[in-house]
Amino acid sequence: MSEVTAGSVVGAVPRGLFRRAGTRLWDFLPAVAVLVAGVGLWQVLVTVLHVQRFLLPKPTEIVSALTGNWHVLWSAGLFTFREALGGFAIGSGMGVLVAVALSRFPRVGRALLPYAVAANAVPIIAFAPIMNNWFGLLNPLSKMALSAMICFFPVMINTLRGLTSVAPESVELMRSYAAGETAVLWKVRLPNSLPYLFAGLRVATVLSMIGAVVGDYFGGSTQSLGVFIVNKSSLFVFDQAWAAIVVASVLGVGFYLAVGLVERFALRWHVSTRGTERP
Amino acid sequence: MTGGPPNASPDGAPAVSIRGMSKVFRGRGRGASEVRALEDIDLEVHPGEFVSLIGPSGCGKSTLLRIIGDLEQPTTGPVLVNAKPAHQARVDGDYGIVFQDSVLYDWRTVARNIALPLELAGWDRDRRSQRVTEMLELVDLTGFEHHHPWQLSGGMQQRVSIARALSFSPALLLMDEPFGALDEMTRERLNMELLRIWERSRCTVVFVTHSIAEAVFLSTRVAVMSARPGRIRGIVDVDLPQPRTNETRVDPRFFELVATVRRRLRGMEDDAGVVVTGEAEA
Repeated sequence: MSEVTAGSVVGAVPRGLFRRAGTRLWDFLPAVAVLVAGVGLWQVLVTVLHVQRFLLPKPTEIVSALTGNWHVLWSAGLFTFREALGGFAIGSGMGVLVAVALSRFPRVGRALLPYAVAANAVPIIAFAPIMNNWFGLLNPLSKMALSAMICFFPVMINTLRGLTSVAPESVELMRSYAAGETAVLWKVRLPNSLPYLFAGLRVATVLSMIGAVVGDYFGGSTQSLGVFIVNKSSLFVFDQAWAAIVVASVLGVGFYLAVGLVERFALRWHVSTRGTERP
Repeated sequence: MTGGPPNASPDGAPAVSIRGMSKVFRGRGRGASEVRALEDIDLEVHPGEFVSLIGPSGCGKSTLLRIIGDLEQPTTGPVLVNAKPAHQARVDGDYGIVFQDSVLYDWRTVARNIALPLELAGWDRDRRSQRVTEMLELVDLTGFEHHHPWQLSGGMQQRVSIARALSFSPALLLMDEPFGALDEMTRERLNMELLRIWERSRCTVVFVTHSIAEAVFLSTRVAVMSARPGRIRGIVDVDLPQPRTNETRVDPRFFELVATVRRRLRGMEDDAGVVVTGEAEA
């Protein structure tokens, strides 16, 4: 970089990915400490208070159930994760499309939005048997449909917010270049909505996993994590049921972090990623 | 950059021609009152001129600029730009606009912000990058093409905004208090830079400001406006020698003209020796 007007530059571009990665690890330390302390306390309390195994197994028992049934649990986890991923993709995709349509036709949006909110208030579990009936008990689509329904709303409402909260001057600037609505959408509204979209997607990652597991509860493939939990619970093998819950959580958190990583990359320009300091 | 703007007006036609234009804002809802923002506006700007609009806040100077730029519709009266309706001029890409806020897109680098109008006009990548290089040189920002807007100071952001507005060589540059949010030092430096850019690009500039000194220093003519309803009270010819330099700011003639504009703003009579033409001009 040449220093043509060095005096007016506020600073240099942030560099040193490793330094940043190190800082991030340091940031996670308190959370890890809480996890270790929580699990430790759980172990101690269950041991000291002689809590029955079927009420709450010790973390060590859950870990041994986890390692003992690793292959079954992992393949069941991946099976359900695929259902969640499918539902996430369908639901989020629909959410973005509907948000774009509603932002383009605000009158339609005002007419439909109250019903979208009302539909979101319907307990999604109620749809699980219906989806099983529509798509078939063993068809992954029935779980994806449920997952998609939960993912749709947060993604749609966030994206809509991002598409419409554009500074008027940004649109006027485009108009001064005689740009049409389509160009405004691609060059201003969609980029502007990305931070909002990602906020919605992050919520949707966790919800999609919940949707898939809940869908399994109402009947599904024996290869799925939800059915595994139901079966082990009915057999009173709670340490394995807990192990399955751990797998579900780990996959959900992993999914969340993966989307967060994509977000950091896609939004390098945004305040949330670059920090508050002007580099 | 070589040559004049390709979108220049046909020979002899004024860059901007407004006759008896008015603008009324109608409030929404019952009992809403009408606001007469502009009344009886006559304004003619010739190609290559630098005309400032100055007046108290609420005099409609920004509205007038926005009407010239077809961002707002006049209630009555034609607005011709390069001998065609303002709407057609906008579609033809005759305008470069600079707002008070730089309105740069955070997700685009400096280079891609400048290239935005070129993308919209369908320029290919090579032509775009060549022009961006030229524009960065013009606004003295070479080396910052890969920076993002938030990595620049306010003054630099506004220079990027000017580079973007001029990237496609529009015939008319519309500026709405572009330096209003900057400190005095930066403002004076950018004033000089703007004049240099204006000389090199040979475009016509319509410039809204509330700084009398800025208007006199930059302009070939200053249109003084009054508020409620917004009218052009008079036009002051600025006969300071070109090119303007830092010496211009201490020229006794500069102070005379500043005083004249100030008196005009207060609605006082003009002193002798200053050419002031009223609404009936041209």
